[in-house]
Amino acid sequence: MTRRDAGPRSIASRLVDSLTENRWIGLAGLAIALLAPFVNATPYAISVMTSAAIFVMLAAGLNIVVGYCGLLDLGYAAFFAVGAYTSGVLSTRFDLPLVATLPAVLVATVIAGVVIGAPTLRLRSDYLAIVTLGFGEIIRITATNLDVTGGPSGIYGIPGLAGDRISFYYLTVLVVAVAVVGAARLGRSRLGRAWRFVREDEDAAEAMGVHTYKVKMAAYIAGAIWGGLAGVLFAAHLSAIAPSSFTFLQSALVLMAVVLGGMGSIRGVVIGAVIISLLPELLRDLADYRFVAFGVLLIIVMLVRPQGLWPARAREAARSTAPREAVR
Amino acid sequence: MKDPANDLVNETVNDPVNETVNDPVNETSGGPSDHPLLSIEDLRLSFGGVLAIDGLTFGVGEAEIVSLIGPNGAGKTSAFNCVTGFYRPTAGAVRLRGRDITGLRPSAVAALGVARTFQNLRLFGEMSVLDNVRAGTHLWIRQSVFDALLHTPRYRRGEREITEQAHHWLDFAGLRGDRYGPARALPYGEQRRVEIARALARRPDLLLLDEPAAGLNHGEKAEMLDLIRRIRDLGIAIVLIEHDMGLVMDVSQRVVVLNFGREIADGPPEEVRRDPEVVEAYLGRDADEAEIEQARASVAGGRDDGGA
Ligand SMILES: Nc1ncnc2c1ncn2[C@@H]1O[C@H](COP(=O)(O)OP(=O)(O)OP(=O)(O)O)[C@@H](O)[C@H]1O
Ligand SMILES: [Mg+2]
Repeated sequence: MTRRDAGPRSIASRLVDSLTENRWIGLAGLAIALLAPFVNATPYAISVMTSAAIFVMLAAGLNIVVGYCGLLDLGYAAFFAVGAYTSGVLSTRFDLPLVATLPAVLVATVIAGVVIGAPTLRLRSDYLAIVTLGFGEIIRITATNLDVTGGPSGIYGIPGLAGDRISFYYLTVLVVAVAVVGAARLGRSRLGRAWRFVREDEDAAEAMGVHTYKVKMAAYIAGAIWGGLAGVLFAAHLSAIAPSSFTFLQSALVLMAVVLGGMGSIRGVVIGAVIISLLPELLRDLADYRFVAFGVLLIIVMLVRPQGLWPARAREAARSTAPREAVR
Repeated sequence: MKDPANDLVNETVNDPVNETVNDPVNETSGGPSDHPLLSIEDLRLSFGGVLAIDGLTFGVGEAEIVSLIGPNGAGKTSAFNCVTGFYRPTAGAVRLRGRDITGLRPSAVAALGVARTFQNLRLFGEMSVLDNVRAGTHLWIRQSVFDALLHTPRYRRGEREITEQAHHWLDFAGLRGDRYGPARALPYGEQRRVEIARALARRPDLLLLDEPAAGLNHGEKAEMLDLIRRIRDLGIAIVLIEHDMGLVMDVSQRVVVLNFGREIADGPPEEVRRDPEVVEAYLGRDADEAEIEQARASVAGGRDDGGA
C-alpha cells in the first residue's frame, strides 16, 4: 500500500493542487456571474455579459473537440450557425416558442456533426483543419444564399426565451453552467478518457480496444450539440441572426479562447472565453486601437504562457476516483 | 504505423464485429478446444514489392510462451502488426481460436482478447500513469454518457473499480514510481512496466510483447523475465519478440525464427539454438570458424545473461 502514495512532493505544490483542483472554484465562478448584474445592470452591460456567457458555452464545446480529442476544427461556427438558424427559422415560420425547436435543433446539429465528421475524421489532423474551415464557409454561404434563411440580411423577430433581459441573462448563465459541468464530466468519463487516448496516441488507443473512429465521431457530435445549443441562446439573445455572425473570425475567436485558457482544461477554457469576449469591451476607451491592443495582449500571453493561462495537468489527485484508497 | 491497409479496415464503421466489442466473453467462451489459441497461416506481407513477410506459419497454444526471433528487419514487428490488425496481410490468414480475424480493425482484434505492447513505447504521455492503465479497462467498463453526466452510482462504482484494477496491474508489473503523475515523467524501464500493465488490464488471452527488455539494464531484465513468467502463470499466452537470446532461451516453450521475412525454424529452444541455418542467419554467409563459434554462443545464450 505504501506504493500508492503520491510520492515525495512539496507541501507548497500540494497546497496549489488543493486550491486549483477544488470544486469550489467552479461555484465561485458561477457566483461571480450571478452577482455581476448587481454591480452593473445597464442594458448594455447585461447584453455584453450574456454574450460572454454564450461564448463560454461555445468554448466549452470546442474544447471537447480540440482540447480533449485533439482534432483541430477551424469551422466550429458552423454548428453555432446550424443551431441558431434551425431554431430561428422554425420559430419564425411556424410561430413556435423557441423551446419547442430544441428537439429539431438537436437533430440538426447531430446530423451536421455526422455529415462533416464521417468523411473527414479519417483524415490526418492538418487536413481535417482545412476541411472544417471549408465546411464553416459552406454553411455561412449557404445561409447567405437561401431564401428560408433570409439571405444576407438573415432572420428577424425570433422570440425570446425569458421575459426581460436580466432573467434571460440568468437563464443563460444557468444553461451555460450546466453545459460547462456536463463537458467537464464527459471529460472525466470513460468516453472522455478515450478522447484523450486518441489525442495522445491513436494506435495505442486502438490496440487497447478503443474504436478511434467512433470515439472521434462522439467528440464531434458532442461539440456540435454544445455549439448548436449555444446558437439557440444566441438567436434568443439578439432576436435576429445574419450570416455575418458566423464567419471564420468567430470560429477563430472560439479557438483562441480554448488555446488561451489551456486546451483540455475546462477552467482555463472558461476563463479564456470570458477574457476573449470581455477584453475588447474593456478596451473600448482605446477606440479604434482596441483590436490592436487585443491582439498584442494575446500575443504576449501566448509568449509568456504557451500552455495557456490555466493548463490541464496530467497529474490526478490521489483522491479523485478512489476515496478509500487515499485514506489507507 | 499508419498504412494504407489500415484505411481499408476503417471503411467498415458498423461491421458486425463492433457489436461484440462490449461483450468479449461471448466471443471467446465456448471456443472449440481443437483450435489453437492463435494460428498464423502462410502469412505474407509486402510493401510496394518489398516482401516484409514471406510465408509465416505458426501456432500458439493456451498459456504458452512462444518467441519470435530474427535479425533486424526480419519482419517480426510486421507480423505483430498483421495479427493485431494494424497491417492487412497481402495473403494468408490469422485465426484466433479458429475464427478468422484477418483484416479486422485493431480495436476489434483487441476486443477478442489480444493485447500488445509496442517496440517503441507508446504510452499516453500527457496522461497519468493510472489513466494509461485504465485504457486497458475501456472495453469492459459499462458506463453510458448519462452515467457520466449524472454521476450515477454505476458511474462511481465503475470508476472505483477500474482505479482498483489499475493499481492492481501496476502492482503486478512492479511499478515503483509515481502513479498519479504523467506517464512521460517515469524512467524508461518503468514506462515499459506501465505499458505491460496497460496491456494486462485489457485481460487478454494472448499478449504480444515487442522487445519488452530492450534498453533495460541487467537487473531490470531479470525482473522482466520474472514478470513474463508470472503473466503466463495467469493463463495468458505470450508471443515474445526479443533480441536477448539468454532471455529467449530461458523463458520460451517454442522459438520461431524469421530471416528476411522467411520462417527458417520453429521448435523448442534447445533444437533451434543448434540449427545451423539459424546460426548462419545471425551471422551472414561467409564467416570463419571463430565467428561461427561466437554466433553459436550468442544464439545459445549465456545462463547469466538474463536468468539471474
Ligand atoms: N510501414 C512500412 N512501410 C514500408 N516498409 C515497412 C513498413 N514496416 C516495415 N517495413 C519493412 O519491413 C521489413 C520488416 O520490418 P520489421 O519492423 O517487421 O522488422 P523487425 O523484425 O521488427 O526488425 P527489428 O528487429 O529491427 O525491430 C523491413 O525491411 C522494414 O523496412
Ligand atoms: Mg521490430
